[in-house]
Amino acid sequence: MELTTVWFILIAVLWIGYFVLEGFDFGVGILLPILGRNDRERRVLLNTIGPLWDGNEVWLLVAGGATFAAFPEWYATLFSGFYLPLFLILISLIVRNVAFEFRGKRDDVSWRAWWDRAIFFGSLLPAVLWGVAFGNIVGGVDIDADKEYVGTFFDLLNPYAILGGLVTLSLFITHGAVFLSLKTLGDVRDRARAIALRSGLAAAVLAVAFLVWTYFQRDGAQHAGWFVVLAVLAAVSLLAGLEATRRGREGWAFIGTAATLALAVASLFTVLFPNVMPSSLNDAWSLTTTNAASTHKTLTIMTWVAAIFTPLVIMYQAWSIYVFRKRLGVHHIPADSPIVEAAEALTRAAADSAT
Amino acid sequence: MDSLGLARWQFGITTVYHYFFVPITIGMAFLVAGFQTAWYRTGKEKYLRLTKYFGKLFLINFAMGVVTGIVQEFQFGMNWSDYSRFVGDIFGAPLAIEGLLAFFLESTFLGLWIFGWDRLSKRVHLATIWIAATGTLLSAYFILAANSFMQNPVGYKYNPVNGRAELTDFGAVLTNKVVLVTFPHTIAGAFITAGGLVLGIALWNLIRHADRDADTFRTAARAGAATVVVAAALLAITGDRQAKVMTEVQPMKMAAAEALYETREGASFSILSIGTPDGSEETFSIRVPRMLSFLATGDFNGKVEGINNLQSAYEAKYGPGDYSPNIAVTYWTFRFMIGIGMFGALIAVWAWWRIRQGKGFSGRMAWWAAVTVPFMGLFGNSFGWIFTEMGRQPWIVFGLMPTAAGVSPSVSATEVWISMIGFTLVYGLLAVVEIKLLLKYIQAGLPEIPPAPDGDNSPDSDSPDARPLAFAY
Repeated sequence: MELTTVWFILIAVLWIGYFVLEGFDFGVGILLPILGRNDRERRVLLNTIGPLWDGNEVWLLVAGGATFAAFPEWYATLFSGFYLPLFLILISLIVRNVAFEFRGKRDDVSWRAWWDRAIFFGSLLPAVLWGVAFGNIVGGVDIDADKEYVGTFFDLLNPYAILGGLVTLSLFITHGAVFLSLKTLGDVRDRARAIALRSGLAAAVLAVAFLVWTYFQRDGAQHAGWFVVLAVLAAVSLLAGLEATRRGREGWAFIGTAATLALAVASLFTVLFPNVMPSSLNDAWSLTTTNAASTHKTLTIMTWVAAIFTPLVIMYQAWSIYVFRKRLGVHHIPADSPIVEAAEALTRAAADSAT
Repeated sequence: MDSLGLARWQFGITTVYHYFFVPITIGMAFLVAGFQTAWYRTGKEKYLRLTKYFGKLFLINFAMGVVTGIVQEFQFGMNWSDYSRFVGDIFGAPLAIEGLLAFFLESTFLGLWIFGWDRLSKRVHLATIWIAATGTLLSAYFILAANSFMQNPVGYKYNPVNGRAELTDFGAVLTNKVVLVTFPHTIAGAFITAGGLVLGIALWNLIRHADRDADTFRTAARAGAATVVVAAALLAITGDRQAKVMTEVQPMKMAAAEALYETREGASFSILSIGTPDGSEETFSIRVPRMLSFLATGDFNGKVEGINNLQSAYEAKYGPGDYSPNIAVTYWTFRFMIGIGMFGALIAVWAWWRIRQGKGFSGRMAWWAAVTVPFMGLFGNSFGWIFTEMGRQPWIVFGLMPTAAGVSPSVSATEVWISMIGFTLVYGLLAVVEIKLLLKYIQAGLPEIPPAPDGDNSPDSDSPDARPLAFAY
């Protein structure tokens, strides 16, 4: 196999890693105000991803770095072309990540409420925008003969790409809810399961619509047959995951939604190949695995590095997930300051008297 | 301002800001690992309390380093796409390797360290912080190798067909003589910063709360002071080596550092000078005779090339243009870097001496020492990097690509305005929050270590009477 193809696959693998892993922590962030009815419950949600989110996010950094190393032209066109969406993603990630770290550092109800909002919006926005970005990559954008993006910010908000954004949003919510049902105890677990079923059905409808549209959008793609196979498998995994959720088989459900994301990303890369960023202006101006690639020498070095270290990374990240495999319930959350506890008691009392 | 000027400002703002957190992260990871190792070896509770106290400050800081680092990784493509196209074949590899080797290690093992107090054995838990600390060193090496290519491009060949620089020797890129001297200098800079932070915080506690954990804070102050003194000595040695390499590969930067216009043998070094902003005319200066020649060449009578001579040589080589950096910025940042680093070292020597003598800390002077010493290393790093990067101008890759040629053609000035203002506002706001949080935890003093509670906490237990997590968000 050509090294450029190997690297195209490796970059797909990095994005799969990113979507599967950060997908669930985006989902947890979005579900924070919905599933967490009081501070203790919200802390349960946050602590399920506490030790993991940072390692999850590195998959994005490495996907970016690997694209730079293996396909500099792709990296340059994509990152400069999608300037404002990426800026919004960066701001979201910044605010959300410091929120995880800072939220619990003060016993102050309004302080925590502010960081909760930061976590919600900081998870919501990238969850949509990554789908929009991939919709545009696969659907093709205005790239000129000099490999420069010549469209505008609003061109990126086309219906096909926005549908892509809704697909990632609904899939991440489902994946996050399934993750929570697997990692929590008590009320939160029951509510997470209920939400997973509802958002999962929405995700299934949206994802099928998007994949069908993709088929027609990239009519005549080199590997259209394989795309259909992977897309169908993605849809089947999602339905299987939802059925497992309904039966309370949460481990299988999580494998199902993880496989859905992996197969969906794989199908998009398959339909993209051998392009990496098709031009909607002229097919000859498309960026491909060949005309966007680094030299054979660089790719050879990077292949060795990736072949040695990627399995190692997967091993120790799996170990980390294993170490923190225990389910969390409200009783696992250490006691707070008297002020927060009192405020919590008041909220609970108000909720009780309301019902 | 045009998109080039804006992109440069944005890169400057975001990078200087990011680099407040980087040296603290690198240095503190090792100091915290050191405290925890002392606890592991001796079993003394004071080391555990220091581990947790400085560990918390380290983590508040680490979070900021991570998020501002993502911006760095994306910014090359976003704002410097033509640069990325030109050097991607060489520059992308160390960046990708940094992510794969270092970022995964740091993030995963720090996660294990933070949340793993009651999940891992003491020994494995201690290993996690050392692995994360090693990750910070790997990260530093690869990113510095990438930066060193910009200062002194090696191991490449220009390909006229596609107009880009292509890799010929990756070993040469990783053993660039610039990275070999820059790496130890940068790491020493990280240790002087973290040591200064530990020293300053420990002193502050000793002054303000003389009766609260004084013995433990004296231990911390000694560790911090020793770190600063040793790091300062290493900075001087490695800085000296670096100056000679710099004179060899970027003579213009050295000439600009002294505002030396005419080539001279036995050139003097001015500690400060007053004159026109670009240093071309001087009204007053304090000079150390022959010092510049020694710094640049290792010989008190050595020849140092002047700006004017280099300018005409570069015009002959690269065509017409201005090949000198901003002289005022280069001149002063070089002095501030050295000056405040030395000042920080003096404070540390003084504190170390008093601890050895068994003397206490009180009064205004001690207070000033405590609150200034953390910033000496921190700002010394900033000045050093501003000097290094501004001194390379007008090149983005020295001798190969002018900075103006690297900017993204498809990104408008409006877009850069939006992102620059956005980043600056968010960064400014977060700085306020971060400083307030740090102060809160510094003032709170050492945490108490609760006795191990009862309850089943085996990882597979779903039992409702399991005890609370040792650490939770």
